[in-house]
Amino acid sequence: MNNTKVTDASLVRDYLDGNENALGALINRHQHRIYSFIYSKVFDRDISEDIFQDTFIKVIRTLKRGKYNEEGKFLPWVMRIAHNLVIDHFRRNKKMPKFDNSGDFNIFSVLSDDNLNAEKQLIKDQIESDVQELIKELPEDQLEVLTMRIYKDMSFKEISERTGVSINTALGRMRYALINLRKIIEKRNLILTN
Amino acid sequence: MGKLYFKKSSKEEKINHPLPKKETIEFLLNYSKALNVVEYKKMKFETMLN
Repeated sequence: MNNTKVTDASLVRDYLDGNENALGALINRHQHRIYSFIYSKVFDRDISEDIFQDTFIKVIRTLKRGKYNEEGKFLPWVMRIAHNLVIDHFRRNKKMPKFDNSGDFNIFSVLSDDNLNAEKQLIKDQIESDVQELIKELPEDQLEVLTMRIYKDMSFKEISERTGVSINTALGRMRYALINLRKIIEKRNLILTN
Repeated sequence: MGKLYFKKSSKEEKINHPLPKKETIEFLLNYSKALNVVEYKKMKFETMLN
């Protein structure tokens, strides 16, 4: 079969009409791009092989069930399936850390460092110092409640006892403190994200 | 001075023209031939033919 002149859409139609060779032609035509894409993400031949196989199993099932309706866009469709399966693979691996026994044992595959890296720690410190400056602009009663709740980790019951106001008042002051903080942040166009 | 030799792990080996194995392609073609979708009313059933 001369594959270069036949379009993907036409091969898909042939396949849907029962010509199994058309599937072979489609796989032969696109196997390199699809497999390379998968391999470039997972860097493992066996896993690439599995994902490639699962990709085409999904393609075959969708086509045979008559659910394919992206005429003329066969390759992008298959690539999207492969992409989704690669993401699934990484999600699964995140949940189940893998012991890599092919070659040298890689201890970093099972050990993780939950601490922030130097850059993120710097950003976090900067944000915390910015927030500490911002809360100084709050009215005294709101500043007092916010400091006790956030920095001293006191309960609202303890705050109400210490400040001599009811729990509801303390809650209200906390609420207004947060609202006012947001207003100050918006007014100054600050971005406090890590 | 002693030389250090070590085998490259499989992850470091470069593949110039990555292609799936022939067995994988054959499996897919056979899977396709064996898979049959039967429609009954609004339901679709998959059957594998041996």
